[in-house]
Amino acid sequence: MTDKFTPSPLFERVERVRRRKPRVRDEFITLAHGSGGKAMHELIEGLFLEYLRNPLLEKLEDQAVFEINGTPPRLAFTTDSYVVDPIFFPGGDIGELAVNGTVNDLAMSGARPLYLSAGFILEEGFAIADLKRILESMRAAANRAGVEIVTGDTKVVQKGSADKIFINTSGVGVIERPVNISASRAEAGDKVILSGTIGDHGTTIMIARGELELETEIESDTAPLNSLVEDMLDEAARLGEADAIHSLRDPTRGGVATTLNEIALSSEVCIRIYEARIPVREEVKGACEILGLDPLYVANEGKLLAVVSSGVAEALVAQMRENPYGRDACIIGEVKDEPPGIVAMVTGFGGTRIVDMLVGEQLPRIC
Amino acid sequence: MKFIDEYRQHDLARILADKIAGLTDRPLKIMEVCGGHTHTIFKYGIEDMLPPNVEMIHGPGCPVCVIPLGRVDDAISIAKQPGVIFTTFGDAMRVPGSKTSLLDAKAGGADVRMVYSPLDALKIAKKNPDRHVVFFALGFETTSPSTAMTILQAAKEGAENFSVFCNHIMIVPALKALLDSPDLQLDGFLGPGHVSTVIGTRCYDFVPQEYGKPIAVSGFEPLDVLQSVYLVVKQIVEGRAEVENQYGRVVERNGNRRALEALSEVFEPRDYFEWRGLGSIAHSGMKLRRKYAAFDAELKFSVPGLRIADPKACQCGEILKGVKRPWECKVFGTACTPETPIGSCMVSSEGACAAYYNFGRLSKVAERSLANAR
Repeated sequence: MTDKFTPSPLFERVERVRRRKPRVRDEFITLAHGSGGKAMHELIEGLFLEYLRNPLLEKLEDQAVFEINGTPPRLAFTTDSYVVDPIFFPGGDIGELAVNGTVNDLAMSGARPLYLSAGFILEEGFAIADLKRILESMRAAANRAGVEIVTGDTKVVQKGSADKIFINTSGVGVIERPVNISASRAEAGDKVILSGTIGDHGTTIMIARGELELETEIESDTAPLNSLVEDMLDEAARLGEADAIHSLRDPTRGGVATTLNEIALSSEVCIRIYEARIPVREEVKGACEILGLDPLYVANEGKLLAVVSSGVAEALVAQMRENPYGRDACIIGEVKDEPPGIVAMVTGFGGTRIVDMLVGEQLPRIC
Repeated sequence: MKFIDEYRQHDLARILADKIAGLTDRPLKIMEVCGGHTHTIFKYGIEDMLPPNVEMIHGPGCPVCVIPLGRVDDAISIAKQPGVIFTTFGDAMRVPGSKTSLLDAKAGGADVRMVYSPLDALKIAKKNPDRHVVFFALGFETTSPSTAMTILQAAKEGAENFSVFCNHIMIVPALKALLDSPDLQLDGFLGPGHVSTVIGTRCYDFVPQEYGKPIAVSGFEPLDVLQSVYLVVKQIVEGRAEVENQYGRVVERNGNRRALEALSEVFEPRDYFEWRGLGSIAHSGMKLRRKYAAFDAELKFSVPGLRIADPKACQCGEILKGVKRPWECKVFGTACTPETPIGSCMVSSEGACAAYYNFGRLSKVAERSLANAR
């Protein structure tokens, strides 16, 4: 059957506006600017990029990839700040998140993460015992991921000027393989792989805040994904298709829906996913149903989305399932030419609908 | 998931859709009154499954969508008063007033907090005895009983630093106003589900009796909605007009007695209440009875209380009445988007415009071609 798409005038009208250069019209920063959705994109593209533009930043990837003086190897460099509330939650804490998050941002370029920095902003009165606990889990997370924290910074602010503890981590890694992974490389015919269940982290944080008096056994999925990416790259190389992995992203804030939209817009392709194939834990489904959240928009901290050549997709999934962080990996959809920039979902119910970026804020301070 | 997935089965949906298609070729317009149904219809792509002759018209039953600009401005002005903690359901945060929204007020320094229930607001009041906590009470009979119960609780506890900015509305007067509207041509209705758990199905008797239109009270899962459409179309084809109850698993003919008692204990109808798009409707809003005046934020705070006309470009009124479809509005998807809504129908996920923008933006034909290309 044909996949020819004829855009209606309505569709064209909306797309024209959607592709307009983002502008920040707001007078103040609102929580929506940090949500990972549209407002944050406007802030990044309409403000940060305008002031700080350069060819590397312009790519708006989760990490910058460059060579020093044009000499290999290529390096990957990234930074991320962590303000999660509560700082301790089922399945992890702010320290573990801070290490894994930056490791993952490096890994998504195909890099082997090497060194991390850690900057701490501490609120006056914060318990040393809690700080010890956080540092212990940072040490364990760094060991697990095979990275070292080699430099750092500490600032203490007056009570009320920060909430307990904020952590910033930066990281460098080295890209030793002939890969070129980018959100702009998805092509028609590619398959979309998801490494496991969605929504675990965001739902855990929401419930851990205790405002809802729900009791569940959901845990955050925070995990270092560099070993999983290594396995995927090894398998692709073994198949003689080292370059078959086109895009890799970890769907954190804004969830799977927002990340897929970023890829669809950046590559000017249509991504079609099938609701029935997307794994969601029963507990997460139930909690989201009660809270009125859509798991597609809920944050993950130990999952990745990969857009790969269809020829290697099945083999990659099989390989991913051997890794503890990819046990539930599966193909959730495919890439089409048209309509470009759109993520469409065939619902479990049999209809088709657009899956747009997150608007507004679902849950603040989840990472 | 148990008790959820059963109502989302694809194969059953197909059978129902085929049965609806088999009933008639007549062009029919059926209005789902409730925003919850609008959300379901778009989220699950139900428009796609219905035969082309059956058109769903999205009604005014989205509480966030029908609150007039002036009332939002009043809420913002209360939120900005010193010492106030203003609590609200999450989806009211982004509703635009004439100039700003509660979210903007929060960014500008007002203490605006999101709650899931008015009881949470009362809890906040207890924890902050030196502040005054106001709850932004919105919604139909789905949410008003919990506001009523909270006020009763506050009265029992003698809470002095808690009050409610009441904007509760009633579905039946709105339905009557719609049916009396001369530019409206509808063949039948899906009645609201959760509202009806409170008020029952008896109060819809006037729809078939006085206006000769069929109505089916519907649940919110996609199979519920499809089955209710089937019931209404079947009534039309068979020349019947009745109140049918598709949502029998929770809705009873006489409603929920305790909830109704709490409502009439705490609230009384206002003479008039302004609805966005529909104008002023007699006896459609609720206010606190004098006995509970101590908890009435409107008496505690002076608010601008202005009637503010909708922006000229905005056609929320026609859309709420189902006279115009969202994409027929000039600003839909251009000046008015979910990020920068002009009209309230673009704010709540239950609003017809937001639902159409978020889920249904590919035209029906294009969606079909996508689904078929599998």
